Amino acid sequence: MIEEKFDAIVIGAGMSGNAAAYTMASRGMKVLQLERGEYPGSKNVQGAIMYADMLEKIIPDFREDAPLERHLVEQRFWMLDDTSHTGMHYRSDDFNEAKPNRYTIIRAQFDKWFSRKVREAGATVLCETTVTELAHDTRGQVIGVRTDRAGGVIFADVVVLAEGVNGLLGTRAGLREMPRPEAVALAVKEMHFLPEEVIGERFGLKGNEGCVIEAAGTISRGMTGLAFLYTNKESISLGIGCLVSDFASTMESPYALLDAFKNHPSVRPFIAGSEVKEYAAHLIPEGGYKAIPQLFGDGWVVVGDAAQLNNAVHREGSNLAMTSGRIAGEAIFQVKSRRDPMTKNNLALYKTMLDKSFVIKDLMKYKDMPALLHTNSRNFFMTYPQLMSQAAQNFMRVDGRPKIEKEKATTSAFIKARSRWGLVSDAVRLAFAWR
Amino acid sequence: MTIAVAELRVEDKLFQNRYLVDAGRPHIKVRPHEKPSPNLIALTRVCPAKCYELNDKGQVEITADGCMECGTCRVLCEASGEIEWNYPRGGFGVLFKFG
Ligand SMILES: Cc1cc2nc3c(=O)[nH]c(=O)nc-3n(C[C@H](O)[C@H](O)[C@H](O)COP(=O)(O)OP(=O)(O)OC[C@H]3O[C@@H](n4cnc5c(N)ncnc54)[C@H](O)[C@@H]3O)c2cc1C
Ligand code: SF4
Repeated sequence: MIEEKFDAIVIGAGMSGNAAAYTMASRGMKVLQLERGEYPGSKNVQGAIMYADMLEKIIPDFREDAPLERHLVEQRFWMLDDTSHTGMHYRSDDFNEAKPNRYTIIRAQFDKWFSRKVREAGATVLCETTVTELAHDTRGQVIGVRTDRAGGVIFADVVVLAEGVNGLLGTRAGLREMPRPEAVALAVKEMHFLPEEVIGERFGLKGNEGCVIEAAGTISRGMTGLAFLYTNKESISLGIGCLVSDFASTMESPYALLDAFKNHPSVRPFIAGSEVKEYAAHLIPEGGYKAIPQLFGDGWVVVGDAAQLNNAVHREGSNLAMTSGRIAGEAIFQVKSRRDPMTKNNLALYKTMLDKSFVIKDLMKYKDMPALLHTNSRNFFMTYPQLMSQAAQNFMRVDGRPKIEKEKATTSAFIKARSRWGLVSDAVRLAFAWR
Repeated sequence: MTIAVAELRVEDKLFQNRYLVDAGRPHIKVRPHEKPSPNLIALTRVCPAKCYELNDKGQVEITADGCMECGTCRVLCEASGEIEWNYPRGGFGVLFKFG
């Protein structure tokens, strides 16, 4: 198919692959990018919130033509029980700034735009091409890839594995392990279409302002999970994700959970009358710092979700993906500029640079969180939301019962459900994991 | 009760999606078995596209046409060799319009 040799081959045209390919191509490197989808984004799923700063470091003037939906001025967190939500809203007019900080996006459209930028920077992008295997030389150095198109090995000095959470190539080549069921969440998501003004009205938004709602509680039926509702211009992305290990042990069906979330009395009014145009499913890496695999080797680096670089606590992934892709591209460019070979020793530069970035620092901060939430999922996702709801209801209902009596009832409900020691130890463990 | 209603509707959900099915070349296969493992049985409930079903002999079968390539079944059952998992050929499979 392609006879020439490339400086770099990037596998995947998602957030991390596009960042890596753009970084290298715009520095004059000869880059081939391979994507199995019909177009970039056709296989990708995201909530989705896109963080401006990380894209700005790659394409400073992205606001001029990137397909952005709404910029976020409000965030709501809900603790759900079956009939109520106890919530926190944060809204600030400061977010109505000239260069907003966070936007909602629609991935298929965003990825197409990003890919166009990659092409304009000079990379060769081939879609409808699944990479089937990494090619090695006799010493084990990665020297290129094989694809499902006719032809043999396509050669390159270095291969960037940007194949996403479900990356087959890296695991098959023994470069990293397959994610364990307790280190990945399965998320299902629907796109609900409504007129722009209706969305504005329901969420109290003007113009391009946006709002996101994230919800945890009995909706995940005791599983470690989170539901979300994000406003786009003319649609609402709505979904729920829980750990695969929890799904397997509870045998809950993901679409039943999604429908229960849609029918929750707190959610239903927001999507009433909407037209659903897509149903999607995707995994999210949740293992955090402790799940990060070996990131580089002879002739290869791995970036983004494939490397489990995903901050489940803050629900950030695409920015870690973009940043790791950019840093990998910069590191490779430095090695190449020195005319050094793409060996494991030289590519260690990628890890050195990544360690200094927010990507690793953030993941390190929450390194104990995934295990804590996993082992305590019933308390955090069933018991506490129900208790919170009862407490709020006790507080708000005016029914002639003396307030002191009601406060006592609330306290004793917490203690009864979890015991004093349990409450203290949950709080301490949560505080330490969060610290 | 709610679950039963939802299950009826997953086909309708998938109907909204765009697929290019690679006819005759399923990308996921279940290894022939006598008695399915608990994880394999779980897939009949947990697969978000309801691709896995029990046949009348109590074995798990797959019809991968509605598959969204999420990888859940791979994470649960590839290591044990119970299923064989590949990506569809380039361009085939699910094609998200929004994602
Ligand atoms: C429901 C959901 C909500 C999310 N919400 C948010 C959010 O609000 N904010 C946020 O920052 N992050 C969010 N994330 C996480 C975010 O989507 C990911 O972290 C991000 O997409 C990772 O980018 P990536 O480039 O590593 O992988 P991907 O975007 O998954 O890209 C991988 C690419 O590689 C291609 N590929 C794979 N294998 C091959 C092969 N063999 N040959 C050729 N091509 C191949 C795939 O087709 C795909 O295009 C969410 C994720 C989900 C599922
Ligand atoms: S990859 Fe996901 S959608 Fe496809 S069969 Fe497996 S579990 Fe079902």
